[in-house]
Amino acid sequence: MAAMKRLFGRPEALRDVPTHYCPGCPHGIVHRLIAEVIDELEIREKTIGIAPVGCAVLAYNYFNCDMQEAAHGRASAVATGIKRALPDSIVFSYQGDGDLASIGTAEIVHAAARGENITVIFINNAIYGMTGGQMAPTTLVGQRTTTCPDGRDPRLAGFPIRISEMLATLDGAVYIARASVHNISHLLKAKRCIKTAFQVQLNGEGFAMVEVLCACPTNWGLSAPEAMKWVEKNMIPYYPLWEIKPLLKEGVVRD
Amino acid sequence: MPKKVIMKGNEAVALAMRQINPNVVAAYPITPQTEIVQIFSSFVSDELVDTEFVTVESEHSAMSASIGASAAGARAMTATSANGLAFMWEVIYIAASLRLPIVMAVVNRALSGPINIHCDHSDSMGARDSGWIQIYSENAQEAYDNMIQGIRIAEHEDLKLPVMVTMDGFIISHAMENLMVLEDDKVEDFIGEYKPQYPLLDIENPVTYGPLDLYDFYFEHKRQQAEAMRIAGRIIKNVADDYEKLSGRSYGLVEPYYLEDAKVALVVLGSTAGTAKACVDELRLEGKKVGLLKIRVFRPFPYDEIIEALKGLKVVAIMDRSDSFSSFGGPVFNEVRSAILSLERPPITLSYIYGLGGRDVNLKDILGLYHDLEEIVFSGEPGEVLRYLGVRES
Ligand SMILES: Cc1ncc(C[n+]2csc(CCOP(=O)(O)OP(=O)(O)O)c2C)c(N)n1
Repeated sequence: MAAMKRLFGRPEALRDVPTHYCPGCPHGIVHRLIAEVIDELEIREKTIGIAPVGCAVLAYNYFNCDMQEAAHGRASAVATGIKRALPDSIVFSYQGDGDLASIGTAEIVHAAARGENITVIFINNAIYGMTGGQMAPTTLVGQRTTTCPDGRDPRLAGFPIRISEMLATLDGAVYIARASVHNISHLLKAKRCIKTAFQVQLNGEGFAMVEVLCACPTNWGLSAPEAMKWVEKNMIPYYPLWEIKPLLKEGVVRD
Repeated sequence: MPKKVIMKGNEAVALAMRQINPNVVAAYPITPQTEIVQIFSSFVSDELVDTEFVTVESEHSAMSASIGASAAGARAMTATSANGLAFMWEVIYIAASLRLPIVMAVVNRALSGPINIHCDHSDSMGARDSGWIQIYSENAQEAYDNMIQGIRIAEHEDLKLPVMVTMDGFIISHAMENLMVLEDDKVEDFIGEYKPQYPLLDIENPVTYGPLDLYDFYFEHKRQQAEAMRIAGRIIKNVADDYEKLSGRSYGLVEPYYLEDAKVALVVLGSTAGTAKACVDELRLEGKKVGLLKIRVFRPFPYDEIIEALKGLKVVAIMDRSDSFSSFGGPVFNEVRSAILSLERPPITLSYIYGLGGRDVNLKDILGLYHDLEEIVFSGEPGEVLRYLGVRES
């Protein structure tokens, strides 16, 4: 009998352990996409990840590479330090929208402005998940959270921040894309964006970030399928999916 | 009529904040404080308070916004824990030196790293020299009472100092308890209307807050700050007397428990005082001469009361729920020991660091500790001064 070809399996860059994420939470999906990219690029032995403070605080238990835990909001500054000390390593930070778009806004803006050669995966779930569903800077107008039970009121809390568009104005930011994982076709596109963001770093081009729109069924009070639909219906119209700052230089493969 | 309710510490603090009805609250969520902010935001949307509630992007901004609001003449409050308090560091000193009567609830949680969400006092102990009054609570009742008294203390015309009211994370913040709460109008009367002394935009009396202050006056301003702290003890006691008339519950800077004839005692703050009291009760039934000194107000440091309470004792164990890494015990140990050295015959003092990162300390641990102290009285051998309770070392 001819040897069977392996079509699907666990990426080596992901450890064989159950995660603590809630049912329907896309953190695990995005972890897997990152792990597949790390495997495909064959960079696992030189990759260092930064776990945030947020629901992904335990990401160091899931990625099968060296990891460092950063204080809330500081992941891209910690990533900067690692990359400067070990320029041949591949450094990625994995950050939520509280971590990156709220308490860590200064760090992300300046990492991008300096053109740090790092890869940032930014999980936008329009809420602070870990602390129990408070309003984030990315919370949509009218969206209810535990700190805006009547829905976000722009007169009090302003409008949601489109971090990707904001960072794209900085010359140091080389590649900025926004993707979603609410269905398979988008999930595959998200993976291509993540791969590009790692390739930018491999090519030494500068700062790369992929914003991934994610559901938070638990704190949105929706079932997992409803939450995925909510991303499509409410988030994507406000947070358009596109390669905001595509890399046009030669040599960058985009599958 | 005051009401008996069942509440978690966080609910009790949020309730106190509703009754205080501050003009401005600026806060960022952090475990185990989060619930306070959440409950308070539902009071805001239910229009039970008139508060401007600002969901700022970090604790640094929470304290900065509180500083701005307070200087503008508002009654400003916030709440935080652990890394949130650490992130406020720069500005808490500024709040104190500008003499802004902000009241902040600190739900004690171990400071990273390693990252941990459970109780110890490493967060507030680190802020002990920031110029804030610090009041530690033994249970939810005290947290509630301390918040309300905190407003009167902070805003006292001779003080104008910010106040931190702490309670132990999870142990108090997330545990249900019976407590007595006051009627809304009683709290309103007790705290009175806030009359800021030098608010911004008082057109007749223009002011500048926080100008450059070099070697010509900085020292005098710091001396004034120290002086305010020095007299704060008296004012805290006066406020407690008034509060007792209203609530029937009495508070001092410290709380001696069976110390009159005690030979050995613990000095402790926070929820562990409750556990230790239960141990004292048990040991007293066996006729043991044991006692306890709970420190309620750690800043200003009540050295007179501590000296008075600990005189005549033979052995005193001073419990710290945070390490100072000074290699000479925790902060409570250092200060209590240095205060009682002025006694003619100071007791033997031992430093016990315990409960870091939420490590539980139960009746058995404390009974064992009292037993060890009695052994020392018996043998006269103090042994190791610096001790750790409940840590695995081998
Ligand atoms: C200085 C500081 N402030 C607050 C917190 C509490 N905290 C932990 S995670 C978090 C928000 C996490 O939200 P997000 O980054 O959106 O990630 P998610 O949990 O949604 O994945 C907050 C406020 C903290 N750990 N440190």
